[in-house]
Amino acid sequence: MSTDNLVEIRNLSFAYGKRPILQGINLVAPRGKVIAIMGGSGCGKTTLLRLIGGQLRPSKGEVSVAGQLVHDLDQQALYQLRRKMGMLFQFGALFTDMSVFDNVAFQMREHTDLSEAVIRDLVLMKLHAVGLRGASKLMPAELSGGMARRVALARAVALDPMLIMYDEPFAGLDPISLGVVGNLIRRLTDTLGLTSIVVTHDVHESLKIVDYVYFVSEGAIEAEGTPDQIRASGLPFVHQFVHGEEDGPVPFHYPAADYGKDLGLGAHK
Amino acid sequence: MMRLGGRLFSRIGHRVIDSIWRLGYASRFLALTLMRSGTSFARFNLVIREIYSSGVLSLIIIVVSGLFVGMVLGLQGYETLKTYGSEQALGVLVALSLVRELGPVVAALLFASRAGSAITAEIGLMKATEQLNALEMMAVDPIARVVAPRFWAGVISMPLLAAIFSAMGVFGGYLVGVVLIGVDEGSFWSQMQAAVDVRHDVINGVIKSVVFGFAVTAIALFEGYDAPPTAEGVSRATTRTVVTSSLAILALDFVLTAFMFKGV
Repeated sequence: MSTDNLVEIRNLSFAYGKRPILQGINLVAPRGKVIAIMGGSGCGKTTLLRLIGGQLRPSKGEVSVAGQLVHDLDQQALYQLRRKMGMLFQFGALFTDMSVFDNVAFQMREHTDLSEAVIRDLVLMKLHAVGLRGASKLMPAELSGGMARRVALARAVALDPMLIMYDEPFAGLDPISLGVVGNLIRRLTDTLGLTSIVVTHDVHESLKIVDYVYFVSEGAIEAEGTPDQIRASGLPFVHQFVHGEEDGPVPFHYPAADYGKDLGLGAHK
Repeated sequence: MMRLGGRLFSRIGHRVIDSIWRLGYASRFLALTLMRSGTSFARFNLVIREIYSSGVLSLIIIVVSGLFVGMVLGLQGYETLKTYGSEQALGVLVALSLVRELGPVVAALLFASRAGSAITAEIGLMKATEQLNALEMMAVDPIARVVAPRFWAGVISMPLLAAIFSAMGVFGGYLVGVVLIGVDEGSFWSQMQAAVDVRHDVINGVIKSVVFGFAVTAIALFEGYDAPPTAEGVSRATTRTVVTSSLAILALDFVLTAFMFKGV
């Protein structure tokens, strides 16, 4: 494996029972880059993140992170690797019984022997980086969607990971929060030297901040390229997705029987 | 007709296989919880926090119910014993009923509806909001960090709550029997003291409540952990916790009583 690539996925297939979800995926995430995995809802994007994080095992192919095959690791080795990964869940997944401060401090308390004084300083620095130092005493229920996402981001970078995975970081955010979260992803990746994988269906926001894009459709990679290549792409699926067209390779109608027959019009003939 | 019979047969078969599969899954979950309990004992403050939320917060319902059950026992017991002229034995009746049966059983039923349902809803919602997933991804084992401390908190809280229930019940019986009706205070207490045996009655009652605590908490945790991550899934799991725990308590009580008080 190339040392420039933090994550490499080769010929990956995955199925839930007999239902195939992903087929023949090849993907790399070079160190220090933000890559996006795009596609419609239910196309297998989140499953891909769970495979990278070792929460699922591939039916075929390989997933390697920092040179280690994730699915070959035992629980202890997998947990060691996960300490170097951060994950931002769709709605933050903050621990609702803990304050913002305790949420960010959680991993430091679980995995390190740092004193409370050091943890306090580190947590305030992480919260300052996402602009929420003043909200450290609030409970998750008191935060707006955008704030919760930023706290989750501070929690994801708490132990300075090498890789952060974002599961739909833009879902349900207002335009201001959208821009803030987008810029934070880019800025944290650059300043902390991380590698970021963003799973999203928000084309416009993500094309502004990412270095490379993979388009997933029906479990396979349909297209890939830099944001400029994607914008200029003539592929029908990419064109429909980028321009948000109602009908195209992804049909508006769910497969159904003939409309006329369903309405009983044939009987009048 | 044949096809209908075949379908019925296949549906029953599916149900049975599903139930056995679920039972196996639950046993595996319980075994994992026990095996990964090291963190709970190494960091006992995690267990203490849970004792507060499932034990201490259940105190009011336990204390009030215990008092009323004892008062009713006092009234009913007096009426029956009076017929045989042995109302002096009221203390014995109240204490034995509570320590052997009502204390462990009623306290466990109350614990299942107050704390068991709360545990299921909490774990189910943690799953639905991806908090358990987040723990996994932070390299923190959710069974060791979230499930095991709640399990041991339940096992520790239950006998304490049952003891408090029984104590309050005896006090309720005293209030009605001695203070209100006027049964002789000396015989009330001395007959109770003479008749209640520590090993046969008290220890057996404690064993029962430990078993009930084990069963209720294990059921509540499993139902929460196994709940489909939707609003409907969590609400169904919560209902199942209360129904399954209550049936388990009553069935276990019969089995334990049959073993403990055989030939006493």
